[in-house]
Amino acid sequence: MSEQVAETEVEIQNEEGLHLRPAVQFVDVANRYRSTITVSNGTMTADAKSVMEMTMLAATCGSRLKIRACGPDAADAIAALEELVAKNFALQPKPSQTQKEG
Amino acid sequence: MEIKKGIAVSPGIAIARAMVIDSKDYRIPRRSIMPSQRAQEIKRVRQAFAEAIRELDRIQSAKRIGESSIRDLFAVHMRFLRDKRFLKRITDYIDKELVTAEYAVSKILGEIAAHFEKVDDAYISERAADIYDIERRLLTHLLGKVTEEVKHLQEEVVIVAHDLSPTQTASFNKTFVKGFATERGGRTSHTAIIARSLGIPAVVALEGLMSCVTAQSLIIVDGNRGVVIIDPDEPTLEEYRTYAQQFIEFAQELDRFRDVPAVTRDGVPITLLGNVEFPDEAEVVLQKGGQGIGLYRTEFLYLYGGSEPTEEDHYEAYSQVVRVMAGRPVVIRTMDLGADKLPHPTRHPHEPNPVLGLRSIRYCLQNLPLFKTQLRAILRASTLGDVRLMFPLITTMQELRQAKMILRDVMEDLDEYAVPYNAQIPVGIMIETPSSALMAVLLAMESDFFSIGTNDLTQYTLAVDRANEFVSTMFSPAEPAVLHLIRNVVHDAAKAGIGLSVCGEMASDPEFVMLLLGMGIRELSMAPPLIPEIKKIVCSVTIEECNLLARKVATMDSQRQIKNLLRDAASRILPVEY
Repeated sequence: MSEQVAETEVEIQNEEGLHLRPAVQFVDVANRYRSTITVSNGTMTADAKSVMEMTMLAATCGSRLKIRACGPDAADAIAALEELVAKNFALQPKPSQTQKEG
Repeated sequence: MEIKKGIAVSPGIAIARAMVIDSKDYRIPRRSIMPSQRAQEIKRVRQAFAEAIRELDRIQSAKRIGESSIRDLFAVHMRFLRDKRFLKRITDYIDKELVTAEYAVSKILGEIAAHFEKVDDAYISERAADIYDIERRLLTHLLGKVTEEVKHLQEEVVIVAHDLSPTQTASFNKTFVKGFATERGGRTSHTAIIARSLGIPAVVALEGLMSCVTAQSLIIVDGNRGVVIIDPDEPTLEEYRTYAQQFIEFAQELDRFRDVPAVTRDGVPITLLGNVEFPDEAEVVLQKGGQGIGLYRTEFLYLYGGSEPTEEDHYEAYSQVVRVMAGRPVVIRTMDLGADKLPHPTRHPHEPNPVLGLRSIRYCLQNLPLFKTQLRAILRASTLGDVRLMFPLITTMQELRQAKMILRDVMEDLDEYAVPYNAQIPVGIMIETPSSALMAVLLAMESDFFSIGTNDLTQYTLAVDRANEFVSTMFSPAEPAVLHLIRNVVHDAAKAGIGLSVCGEMASDPEFVMLLLGMGIRELSMAPPLIPEIKKIVCSVTIEECNLLARKVATMDSQRQIKNLLRDAASRILPVEY
């Protein structure tokens, strides 16, 4: 299996920042991929699959986030996360109460 | 081994394992664990997470939660609880810092919340509240277990806590509680009163106690010297075992006084009664040679259990005690709580000064259904023995008349239904405010007896809160002002020919017994375990020497001078133990 590395930079544009629902959505999307995904806001880096770390990034409206994926599906993961942010978290990801995280 | 000094509030020696009680109202103190307990504490955290997740699942499936914001909130909680990094951060902390599960949870969640609070964005900083919510959820699972454990204790323990609420002490299985050690409290705090009445050694005001006790610690509570030793070394433990044995022998020697009548050397009989809080303490009064119950506190009925006590709850508690006492006097005091202390159900606005506020008889007179329920039960129990009724905190004549009028109302109600009661039930009042002590001559005309509550009388006379460390040294029942009021009450009660007793702490303080007898008091009521000790004193003095002492005290103008004189007098008669 090939190890890919993919990176992108996005700007959070919804008013609430990575608040409640957006953070959960972000983490839910990240968890669909096998790659290791990290998100950096300035000097702080978080595991995109941990809701604790993602919320602690304190990404407010206007924050620029660096997303980096490393693994077999890195490119897909980056694309999906980029889309989520670009659409201002308007996506309705599958109801994911049962989805496992981390 | 760690030695802590506090205030000794109930004598005796206890050696047992610690049972640590956390109060949910306080931040969880740091407590260390042994390296061998790591796995256990980590397992407790994992279980708390699992239980919290199950709980959320239940809530979500039970209620069809329509509102999306609430659903989102639960979803966030759920994501946190399932976040392995979050869990790991807590378990890593336990692993590295060797602390309890509770402390690790409160520490890590506190850190995360503080991180959010710092962010200058309302949406993000609001998140701190969610974190505290998750913390509460986890702590409920961690601490809930402990509360349950206390109710079902199977081995002897020393209760270690920051502070104990009346509800907590009421729920203990008393057979297994061997001692109390708390960070807060004073001589008149609830823990102290309970410990004394149960005859369990207790030390309070132990600063920093919680941080050096683990669930496995062995604790020595030295209620004679006010010392608590955590994880004693072998020589210390040995020394204390010997000391504990000696103390038991001393207590047994005192118990020999049980069947000796309480009569002074010159033949004056003195009545010694017990103060009780719980029905099962009535037995202790008899075991210790008490001649009756001078004060039956009824507050436990209001503090224990989820709702206001019913008439049957009252009646059951009273009839049990009255039957055990088999014809000996039982003085039942009506509810003596502040509105701020009542757990249910009336939402009471905050009072800036509750000690001078709506409490005790004042509360009862404004909440007639509650008051009448209690009075009905007391009247019904009055046919079972020598039951007497006492109103607390009476300040004015009008209050006494009002209370008695309501009592008559209740009697009429009972007449209507032909429920039997003792229509001649003696009705007395507590003298515990300067106002009632000053007006004793009038109050005596409409009371059958007085009981002096020296703790409150001292507090209200000197305007000093004994629990306030900045002024507590001013609190002394030996102050000439307090003694002056007591003399006044003794005089007025004698003139009116009504009964008089002292039921405050002064009555069971060996140093004050001679003075009280000398001032003309013939009835003392105290925590049951102290009866033999006081009886021994009564039997070793003559009223003549007590009178002499009281006359000398009356000429003195400072509490220090008085205290010294009393101590001298006591040490001449009493054995060295005091």
